[in-house]
Amino acid sequence: MVTSLLFILFAGLAIGCALALVAQRNPLYSAISLIGVFLALSCLYVTLAAPFIAAVQVIVYAGAIMVLVVFVIMLLNVEAEERRRTRLGYLVPLAVLLAAVLIGEVAFILYSVPATLDQPPGPSNVGLTMSIGVGLFTRYLLPFEITSVLLLMALVGAMTLARRAAVFGPAARVISGSQPAAPVVQPLSTKEVKR
Amino acid sequence: MMEGPQLSWYLALSAILFTIGVVGVIIKRNVISMFMCIELMLNAVNLTFVAFSSFFRDVTGQLFVFIVMTVAAAEAAVGLGIIIAIFRNRESLDVDDASVLKL
Repeated sequence: MVTSLLFILFAGLAIGCALALVAQRNPLYSAISLIGVFLALSCLYVTLAAPFIAAVQVIVYAGAIMVLVVFVIMLLNVEAEERRRTRLGYLVPLAVLLAAVLIGEVAFILYSVPATLDQPPGPSNVGLTMSIGVGLFTRYLLPFEITSVLLLMALVGAMTLARRAAVFGPAARVISGSQPAAPVVQPLSTKEVKR
Repeated sequence: MMEGPQLSWYLALSAILFTIGVVGVIIKRNVISMFMCIELMLNAVNLTFVAFSSFFRDVTGQLFVFIVMTVAAAEAAVGLGIIIAIFRNRESLDVDDASVLKL
């Protein structure tokens, strides 16, 4: 009973924050709404008896990723979206229509599939850190290692994308400008590397 | 009386959040806002994984959520790098201004 009340509270919070995320024009307010969604989902994970995932949700999503997003928003000095008439103005009714279709499909599936799994999660050690660690380092060791390779690739890729000025050499250290400066130092071709 | 939230409640909430994310990606023009809507969709799927994992009493779903979070972190790093590169070249974050690959 208490869990149901908690579910309703946090589900309402998550949906409200998600609607605010879409409705806001200022990206900074959208980011704060998204942090609200993350925190509400973290509380829902606690009601699902998954404390490790709840903690990682707060630390990684609401901590690391959203700090990165807010940092970029403030670095780029983004203003609110101006209300200009775009040539893609038909997108809003199209989005509403697609959303209605998607919700209808999901509601149909939820009503047509017989609910056989409606026991609420009782006490179990599934969500504890130890069982997750055991699963991660025994049966799912290969995806874990591949994940580390993925993170390394993301690290190198982000540095390559964000530090373009260093590739062009010191004479072209123009950060912004509609005309990009001509490259002074060409990137090494494979032939030069071989020599 | 009902004894607790059932599996279909979590699935319905996840579907609603995912749909809101889809709508945001379609109607938003700011590329950072679209990025955050994609994060919302990833979180909706994570909620489905955790709900199934908890109701089936199987840890695999939560391991998958762990990996999805790692992929989301990598996506954030690379995606924000791309956003910074777009802003340097075009002085704008509107996706309509970045509809062609050439400068």
